[in-house]
Amino acid sequence: MPETIAVMVNGIHIAVPLGSTVAAALLNAGVTAFRRSVRNEARAPLCGMGICYECRVTIDGQGHLRSCMILCANGMDVRTDE
Amino acid sequence: MTSPSYDVAIIGGGIVGAACAAECADAGLSVAVIEAVMIGGGATAAGMGHVVVMDDSEAQFALTRYSQILWNALAPELPRKLEYEASGTIWVAANDDEMSEVRRKEKFYRAHAVPAAVLDARALAEAEPNLRPGLTGGLLVPCDSVIYPPRAAMAIFLNRARARGAQVYLGRFVTGLPGDGVRLRDESRITAGIVVNAAGSWSPALTPGLSVQKRKGHLVITDRYPNFLRHQLIELGYLKSAHALTADSVAFNIQPRKTGQLLIGSSRQYGVETSTVDAPVLKQMLQRALQYMPGLKGLSALRAWTGFRAATPDKLPLIGPLSPRSTANFIWRRDTKDWGSPLRLAPRSCL
Repeated sequence: MPETIAVMVNGIHIAVPLGSTVAAALLNAGVTAFRRSVRNEARAPLCGMGICYECRVTIDGQGHLRSCMILCANGMDVRTDE
Repeated sequence: MTSPSYDVAIIGGGIVGAACAAECADAGLSVAVIEAVMIGGGATAAGMGHVVVMDDSEAQFALTRYSQILWNALAPELPRKLEYEASGTIWVAANDDEMSEVRRKEKFYRAHAVPAAVLDARALAEAEPNLRPGLTGGLLVPCDSVIYPPRAAMAIFLNRARARGAQVYLGRFVTGLPGDGVRLRDESRITAGIVVNAAGSWSPALTPGLSVQKRKGHLVITDRYPNFLRHQLIELGYLKSAHALTADSVAFNIQPRKTGQLLIGSSRQYGVETSTVDAPVLKQMLQRALQYMPGLKGLSALRAWTGFRAATPDKLPLIGPLSPRSTANFIWRRDTKDWGSPLRLAPRSCL
């Protein structure tokens, strides 16, 4: 079993394997709406490599961070669908 | 072939030219608008769209206040995409000198029946929690507002003019004013009894001798961060730096957009002809903003761009006939005060 760490996704604690990107953790947790577009459409990762900016989420209060480019850290507070 | 003929030919499809077109068309005149590049793409796109009352002189106050009253009266019928927002302005004081300027401004505004409130350090921090601690205070002017100028030029004024029969010549470049209208690059002509030069910083090319120079400015727009900022904030040092006509300078000026985005300025450079983003100037401008709002550091910028505004020695707009003998040709010399200036003057027609 890989080592797991705990992150909080929209107020709920989930366990994720160490080394997961935030995007991978969110997809595994069943999140489909990572963020909302200007016209309030749900958006989720497209490129997975930091180019498309569709996977942006709020991490520890900081908005518009690309979840595909950031590794999960223990105790991280992630909010989606904003 | 006979050239097309109009009562009025307006050179420049910026917010000023478009507003003139709408007023002239409303008055029953036949109107041509000749725009070389794109509607609202010159000084109009280089402005922040800050509808602000200025107090450098009685004349400037009268014009900007009148313009603002017109804008605010239009507000209820403005389409949402114009992003009108009555966010108000806070002039930010960083030291006691600037605080005495705050009190002077307050006195002026109050004497002219413009609501204004002095904020002490604590009230300023409560009004804008993302400002750095330790600032001295500020002046809140609640009646100031914000609009998106390129769309305003198009959607309000130009479309209104078109609905009344105005003709828009897009992508046509005016090369001269022969006296009975305008001459275009392809040597064709448009005949008009009245010519309005609303070409902003390009106006001296058509009207030699005008003391107008190009003033380059940078702007940066961020991603959406709703509630990060509530008012348009301008450092009081801005007045010193923005009014110099020679030295290049930057000043903290930030505006909340209706979308939650932040529009960050400001810079000014003279004697520059290229429109490319100047990295050292941009860096200096953003560092200035960070000095006032350290929390900007973690935010994402989407785009930086530049534009040219028209600068004049007395920093005031020129509105009226070109010479005492000439009643036919008019010029709009765009205000040179700051980013939003053509806009503040826009709803006023000069004819």
